Amino acid sequence: MDLTTNICGIKLKNPTILASGILGVTAASLKFVVQNGAGAVTIKSITKETRKGHSQPIVHSFDNGMLNAVGYSNPGYEKAIDEFSKLSDVGAPVIASIVAKDADEFSFLTKEFVNRLEFDALEIPLSCPHTPGFGTMAGHSSPEATSEITKSIRKETKLPLIIKLSPNVPNIGAVAKAAEDAGADAICAVNTAGPGMAIDVNTGKKMLGFGMGGISGPALKPLALRTVYDIYDYVKIPIIGTGGVSNGDDALQMIMAGATAVGIGTAVVTHGINVFSEVCKEMKDIMEKNNYSKISELVGRAHE
Amino acid sequence: MNKEYIPKKTRILDIINEASDIKTFKLQGKLNSKPGQFVMLHIPGHDQRPFSIYIDDNDSFSLTIAKVGRFTKKLFEMKISDNLVYTGPFGKPFQIKGKHIAMIGGGYGSAPLTFLGKEALKQGVKSELIIGARSKEFLLYKNNNYPVGIIRHYCTDDGSFGFKGYTTEKLKELFEQDKTIDMVYTVGPELMMKIVVEICDEFNIGCQISLERYMKCGNGICGSCCVDPDGLRMCVEGPCIDKKVAKKVSEFGNYHRDGSGKKIYFKK
Repeated sequence: MDLTTNICGIKLKNPTILASGILGVTAASLKFVVQNGAGAVTIKSITKETRKGHSQPIVHSFDNGMLNAVGYSNPGYEKAIDEFSKLSDVGAPVIASIVAKDADEFSFLTKEFVNRLEFDALEIPLSCPHTPGFGTMAGHSSPEATSEITKSIRKETKLPLIIKLSPNVPNIGAVAKAAEDAGADAICAVNTAGPGMAIDVNTGKKMLGFGMGGISGPALKPLALRTVYDIYDYVKIPIIGTGGVSNGDDALQMIMAGATAVGIGTAVVTHGINVFSEVCKEMKDIMEKNNYSKISELVGRAHE
Repeated sequence: MNKEYIPKKTRILDIINEASDIKTFKLQGKLNSKPGQFVMLHIPGHDQRPFSIYIDDNDSFSLTIAKVGRFTKKLFEMKISDNLVYTGPFGKPFQIKGKHIAMIGGGYGSAPLTFLGKEALKQGVKSELIIGARSKEFLLYKNNNYPVGIIRHYCTDDGSFGFKGYTTEKLKELFEQDKTIDMVYTVGPELMMKIVVEICDEFNIGCQISLERYMKCGNGICGSCCVDPDGLRMCVEGPCIDKKVAKKVSEFGNYHRDGSGKKIYFKK
């Protein structure tokens, strides 16, 4: 049973990737996730300045998912250079993630942060739904902004470039195509949906510090799956399918919808840190029962 | 399965003055927690912070809290029957081992250690607690309304109550007087815990510590509390860790990280 996969030239021992924003604050935390089975890991997004992020609670769990509004807390790119200076210790490919206010700042961070370290790829989320000045709240998820930002980063780096998209757009295919035409090597779909909200009825106050937050976990899965399915029809570049994956069945659904690798995030809470190993084991079991021999022959099968 | 990460509504049942700017808040709710675990307490519309558990009764639990910042200032303004929200209990608890334990609590660290002592007594373990503070007015649990059976040793830096000196000096004294102590537990300022570990090494006695790190979520997803060099999450694989694990944590007694992930070095 072959779980290896290849996403824009990066060889992975299995298709599970730690999604950005989950752990990933330190190199040590990435290593811990790899020891628990992840095929690759993504760092928590880095900005130009130090950011404290939103006030707490930054997460709100409900029966079938989670809302989060972390607000891009990070030490800023200068401190992050020290933090991620020894990536060889991590033990699997490490994907950088940066966020910025505009195309110029994205190209600055690519030069001054990403290119100075030993990352295997660069992911750009143009899709955070709950942080003013970034992502969807800054209009970065339109086809035009996606194209402009992707081009500005493409000029600065030869690393495989992954653009992470929002499910909250009417024309996901057009956004993915804009990224591909501007030089992206892969698409990550999707970021959290919404934002959503929860209210404490005893006080009438909002449950999240920021008031609203991106929807993830099982509640996001059907939407994420359909989005991956749609994107597969629009672009030739590979897709990292992310959104509510918590077991082997979910992961294979993502792959059959069109994903070449699978992002995992919220399931770290609901299933524990060893969810990466568990998902792989379950994928193998399902593949064995169905006489599937490798991941590559399953990618996009639901389109046949 | 107990979905401890789903927020639950609670109400303040009682507020007890413990010391200067330290109060115990008794809250409604069935926790089923173990000593050393913590809850994330949320004042709706305000903020949220982690607190270790002092008492866990069947249908209520208590937290001993010092007024130190914006969140606790707001909490200290609240009254009986006011509404709060919590998640938890979270984290790896202390492992009760040995026949005679010594516990060292600096500041409000004595709260979770009291919970531990009560559970240890139930298992027939002799329990001693060293409670330390700067001076009498900050010293916890001086009154008689305290679990019977836990032997208390009070220490103040200025000698205004009990032993004059540091808790770590008192610990050495206990070790020298009584050779039956076979496990040590400590919760408090990190540099104090570091010295406790060194003393336990010197006397070749086991030790467990509670390593506090910036916690934003409590359920192992935000990464704020991951420690170097192995990335263990103090809200899941900790906060209670054996000294063998603590000694592998390169940042123990050295640095921690703030809410942005920036390293802050301890002042020695």
